Amino acid sequence: MSDPINKDTEIIASLDQIHLSLQGKTILHDVSLELQAGKILTVIGPNGAGKSSLIQVLLGFEKPNTGKVFRKPKLRIGYVPQKISINTIMPITVERFVALSGKRKANALEALEETGVASLAKQAIQDLSGGEFQRVLLARALQHKPELLILDEPAQGVDVIGQGELYEKIANLKDKYGFSVLLVSHDLHLVMQRTDQVLCLNQHICCSGHAEDVSQHPEYHRLFGNLPAEGLAVYTHNHNHCHDLHGDVVTGQCHHPEHSHSDHSDTNKIDQSLAKEVKHEHG
Amino acid sequence: MDDFLIRALIAGLLVALIAGPLGVFILWRRMAYFGDTLSHSAILGVALGLLLSINIKFGILFSTILVAGLLIYSQRQKKLASDTMLGIISHSALSLGLVLISFVEGVRVNIEAWLFGDILAVSWYDITYIAIGVGVVILVLLAIWKSLLSLTVHEELALVEGVNVSLISAIYTLLIALLVAIAMKIVGALLITALLIIPAAAARQFSKTPEQMALFSIAMGMLAVISGLVASFYADTPAGPSIVVFATILFLMTQAVRKT
Repeated sequence: MSDPINKDTEIIASLDQIHLSLQGKTILHDVSLELQAGKILTVIGPNGAGKSSLIQVLLGFEKPNTGKVFRKPKLRIGYVPQKISINTIMPITVERFVALSGKRKANALEALEETGVASLAKQAIQDLSGGEFQRVLLARALQHKPELLILDEPAQGVDVIGQGELYEKIANLKDKYGFSVLLVSHDLHLVMQRTDQVLCLNQHICCSGHAEDVSQHPEYHRLFGNLPAEGLAVYTHNHNHCHDLHGDVVTGQCHHPEHSHSDHSDTNKIDQSLAKEVKHEHG
Repeated sequence: MDDFLIRALIAGLLVALIAGPLGVFILWRRMAYFGDTLSHSAILGVALGLLLSINIKFGILFSTILVAGLLIYSQRQKKLASDTMLGIISHSALSLGLVLISFVEGVRVNIEAWLFGDILAVSWYDITYIAIGVGVVILVLLAIWKSLLSLTVHEELALVEGVNVSLISAIYTLLIALLVAIAMKIVGALLITALLIIPAAAARQFSKTPEQMALFSIAMGMLAVISGLVASFYADTPAGPSIVVFATILFLMTQAVRKT
């Protein structure tokens, strides 16, 4: 198994063969992942791929039908949820909002400084723009002194330049405090640079590996459809076979619940170097 | 000033003291109908008290806590929308109470006093009971304030940060039940929610922090109690409804003030 992450580091949380269905619809199928201390794991997938559900399962808000969820005992988690709105009937300043997670107000201000929005401390929380609010949520998560930071689409509603800055900020904070990061996103491009491992999710885990590898992986392009003009035109991929968890080809019947790979009209010319680098997981 | 008016004033001010901070959470958590359901169920408690010939106050406390438990439980089911559940519980408890009261023989029950309050008939014994209840509510509310605020702002964040959301929510519901039992005598089952919501809504305009809103809400409630009682004394209007009318006037005045 060509896992890009060093196996010696501590695992602080993991999912093991998670199946989740809600109202008879399969949301997650045989999803396994490991979060290692001090590493950044990015999960990408199109809308409806089950990314948010994956976070809900990991946080313990949603019980999986089968499979194991592991969190290190007393693991401190900082959580930046997807787009939240605060009831306008509640008068609350940014500073107070951040302080809700900690013991002292002074720490809240420090955390806001850390994420670069200390100037907003006295503003009403409802008056913030999308990007400002993401940084305030990040400050609140930091204030909780997390060992694991979970971010659900943190760049939504943030312009492209702001996205780059936000991701850079997260990576710098990670370097400073040494927490692990689980980042969920539907776009790959800006996320990638500092991430240690990327998982493609579409109900099940389609592919995983280093950022550059995943961006070249056929499953990634099948999910996102935006083939770059050059470099990959030659690469074709035959996908009428199965892989086991180690990436080895398995003969016989495939069991994919939500999609099949039979729509590939590819010829069998697998780029060997890519095939080696990219781990390929199928249930 | 007459003795009964002083007693009414003390009782009313005590209730306003806890209706303020409990009321702001009713607003923030959009639980107005929830409060109504609890207070309507108090009529069932009156019936229980009369039928079992136990102290009516304990009958009310028993039935509101029972219904509070039922509400907490019913929120976990997903078959019916929560406002449907509230509507069913609210009106069936009220009706069942009224039907049961009609079975009580020998005692002439002044049902109006339980529906709309009878603050002018408050005794010193009642005030002791109210004061103890108010003290308990304030202490518990102070103890859970931060957690309750956190889960009100965002439940999932509170959960991740270690707040026991279901426990704190349950405690808050029980506090509302306790308030209903205390405030029945003041404004009656049908008007208690008004005392929770209207002063809090009036306070929103001027508040920059949650605590400010709670304090302003107490002030608004007290102002309504004083003016309602004075009006009732001079114009001989029903006291409970007069308090609510003045609360509404205060609310309308705050809305007229332009937000700066």
